[in-house]
Amino acid sequence: METGLIFPSAGGIAGAALAAPLLSGVINRTKAVFAGRQGQPLLQAYHDIIKLLGKGAVYSRTTTWVFRAGPIIQFSCAALALALLPMGFQPALLAFPGDFICLAGLLALMRFFLMTAALDTGSSFEGMGASREAAFSALAEPVFLLSLAVLARLTGALSLSGMASRLALHPAEGSGPVLVLTTLALFVVLLAENARVPVDDPNTHLELTMIHEVMALDHGGPDLAFIQYAAQLKLWIMGILVVNALGLGGRGGWACAGGMAALAVLIGIVESTMARLRLLRVPQLMIGAGALSLLALLLTLVRP
Amino acid sequence: MSAWSELILILVILTNLLLVGGNRLTGLIRFAAVQGLLAGLLPLLVHSHAITARLIFLAALAVALKGVAFPLLLGRALREADIRREVEPFVGSELSTFLGISLLAFSFWLSEWLGIAQAGWLRLMLPVGFFTMMTGLFLIISRHKALTQVLGYLVMENGIFLLGVALVGEVPFIVELGVLLDAFVAVFVMGIAIHHINREFNHMDVHLMARLKE
Repeated sequence: METGLIFPSAGGIAGAALAAPLLSGVINRTKAVFAGRQGQPLLQAYHDIIKLLGKGAVYSRTTTWVFRAGPIIQFSCAALALALLPMGFQPALLAFPGDFICLAGLLALMRFFLMTAALDTGSSFEGMGASREAAFSALAEPVFLLSLAVLARLTGALSLSGMASRLALHPAEGSGPVLVLTTLALFVVLLAENARVPVDDPNTHLELTMIHEVMALDHGGPDLAFIQYAAQLKLWIMGILVVNALGLGGRGGWACAGGMAALAVLIGIVESTMARLRLLRVPQLMIGAGALSLLALLLTLVRP
Repeated sequence: MSAWSELILILVILTNLLLVGGNRLTGLIRFAAVQGLLAGLLPLLVHSHAITARLIFLAALAVALKGVAFPLLLGRALREADIRREVEPFVGSELSTFLGISLLAFSFWLSEWLGIAQAGWLRLMLPVGFFTMMTGLFLIISRHKALTQVLGYLVMENGIFLLGVALVGEVPFIVELGVLLDAFVAVFVMGIAIHHINREFNHMDVHLMARLKE
């Protein structure tokens, strides 16, 4: 890769790393407006992370190195995945054919260490959360890969950067319905993978219903800060994929940022207007999303 | 024009998937109504270069019957029977959605294999017609409630209608009128039948009626 390209894309990564916690601020503000409350400050997530980083960590005697390694590995996976992501005009720092599979792999590795760290505590509640996370992500991952496969097939590009620039600049004729279906499927995956409302409630603190939150219960201090920050980066990553699928990503930094802000508001609206699904109904939602992406794939396959 | 008919066909596919995956009966009636509406509007888009009074009349009749009259009749039958959802269908909702997508793939393959799939809007029209017919059949064989089976019959009629538009183009006026009238009478009679079945047996689970043979 030319050196001229590296610095601007590194700038995109730095921007994403700085702006990722802001997404949850926008989501919370939207929810507050819907509920008629004033809500927490937009920058609350930054304050939380700084506060947590200043604290000490407490480790239970039942935990091993797996528990301590978990947060670091999750954060590294999220940061590496960020390098694979095209943002704005810039191609990704690392762009190669098939990098979307690498991205899915990094996200899976991140989830794996979140779950093993939760299991390592020996708490039955954390085990429950880990088992739910495993069950639902097993359903979400095929949908994620299928949707990206549809985009690859539609654009003929095998790297995320190629897909983003072709979707923005040379969209295939008559590909509108396919793109809408794929974006919808990706959006459902985003909600499911990031512990958002129809699947998991980020505000709940009842162990019997939590999924993501319950796995971080025994982490404290800097460890919790890393887990929260990694989760925010993950939300950013999936959000960029949705924005790119709509063709907004390749039109410059402002279009990309505007798309992300609109997405955060949309997530806030979904959270304010929908109730969490019963756990038994979640597979139905994921299979519905899978049906959408399969339909999109079939439609791209029969294109003349 | 072709973009609009493509959009309508994709929406028909989505209503099929919703019909197969859903289990709330009011929702199912609504999806079937939307599908009838879409199918009724399609001939107007397909023949948009030569819209005649006859075409408009038939489309209006189809929309009025399938989009308004049938849902009202079936909704009334549902209210009288006082049931809400399809409990424990023979094939569960998740498996049904998956089978629905498989049926769609099969329909694409079938129209390819038959060698009558053509370029342009026909490329989607024929498979969607097959898919809608198969969805109707699937609903009829995989659900307990008489009402869902009536919906399956209606969906199948929509599928035959789509196939007709795809293959024949212009069906004679009197034939189309006759089909619509038949469908209307059938839904009317079935609505009454559902009512009577429900009053007689306090349920409308079709599989429980196998006992009546003895």
